Amino acid sequence: MEVIDLAWWKLGLAALLVLALAATGYRSRLGISRSLLIATVRTVIQLALIGLVLEALFASSAFYWIALLALVMLLVAGREVVARQGRRLKGWWAFGIGTGAMFVSSFTVTVLALTVVIGPEPWYTPQYAIPLLGMMLGNTLTGVSLALDRLNDAVWRQRAVIENRLMLGQTWQQALEDIRRDAMRSGMMPSINAMAAAGIVSLPGMMTGQILAGSPPAVAVKYQILVMLIITVGTGFGAVMAVSWGGRRLFDERERLRLERLLKP
Amino acid sequence: MTGLLLEDVSIGGLREVSLAVPGGQVVCLSGPSGSGKSRLLRAVADLEPHGGRVSLNGTDQQDVPAHQWRRQVVMVPADSQWWFDEVGAHFPDTAGGQFPAALGFPSEVMGWSVSRLSSGERQRLALWRALVLEPEVLLLDEPTANLDSDSTESMEHWLSGEIRRRQIATLWVAHDPAQIHRVANAHYRIQGAALELVHGSD
Repeated sequence: MEVIDLAWWKLGLAALLVLALAATGYRSRLGISRSLLIATVRTVIQLALIGLVLEALFASSAFYWIALLALVMLLVAGREVVARQGRRLKGWWAFGIGTGAMFVSSFTVTVLALTVVIGPEPWYTPQYAIPLLGMMLGNTLTGVSLALDRLNDAVWRQRAVIENRLMLGQTWQQALEDIRRDAMRSGMMPSINAMAAAGIVSLPGMMTGQILAGSPPAVAVKYQILVMLIITVGTGFGAVMAVSWGGRRLFDERERLRLERLLKP
Repeated sequence: MTGLLLEDVSIGGLREVSLAVPGGQVVCLSGPSGSGKSRLLRAVADLEPHGGRVSLNGTDQQDVPAHQWRRQVVMVPADSQWWFDEVGAHFPDTAGGQFPAALGFPSEVMGWSVSRLSSGERQRLALWRALVLEPEVLLLDEPTANLDSDSTESMEHWLSGEIRRRQIATLWVAHDPAQIHRVANAHYRIQGAALELVHGSD
């Protein structure tokens, strides 16, 4: 079965619907029209560009080009983690902790899935590596930023409680225990919910795409299960690292709470 | 030297504060609000970066892990915090049995919900929560601020008794001259950047 190519002008029809939504939002003063339009334009431009990049990349398949693209994706994701936190650590810490956690978790899990589970030849074959890494980073990004945002915000709000616990001789880990649990939960919730709803409430995007492209559903389902599992693992380990490094940074070597290391939103 | 010793401690507006508090004695600190009384207590508990040296029975503050230091040098803040739903969850399991009658609670208080406590009740329980840790030093930031005059005096009496019995070196921030007169072995007032001895041995 051949895939039906989409003509650009047909995408324009879908874009008209977005314009209709923006107009509705504008008339009812919902305050979403501006960001809706900007995001629409961004998604069209970004995806069109990545299409070109991927075409070129698939043609060359050189390792260093793939590594370069992976690096760019990571840095952009790191920037996005910073932007999504209300209160965040000052200096390079917010970027460093977010990017570091995403790097260790999503790159490790992606390389593992490529070499051990899927096994294309060579293992970095871009048709597999880039989409997989993209999905990993996109989801880890959400998990890490939610967890860090929750951590910083809760520490800020509960500073009196944390200090009182320190006054009673608790270690910084004990004083932060409840907050770390909450932060981990908010980081993991999207992936856990997605796994729980998969196949019943929602047909995940990757599987849908693969089926549209003509894969047998049985194959598409196996890939989707693999992707959901590694996304959850990557998000989970990413959030664990981000929360423990971020929490550590909020205290100094004398286990004092150092809120001045957080930037006001 | 036994007890708590502050040498040239600097924090906030305070410069080079030196002070000795022997075990079992109460040293009161007073001064206008914003003069740095609470921050001095926080420096002693090592909750804020500060200059100078603080030591307990000859052991320097910086030579022990911070949480162990705070286990011995326990601060009770002016507004105590409670983070579990039940009162008892904030105490070690053994604390319920020996609950002192002087606090004016029935023994079921450990099962009470924190949300039903008044600020005065929280204050009294916070003092007990600090005492069950068996500290060597107590840092009290206006411990009777939320109490009426009757319970203030009975709390003072009970607290002074515990401090003497357990030989706790105590720094006590207070406003009321009458209270200072009743509980203090020595009294310092904050004058600008320094402490001024009002009465007591040096």
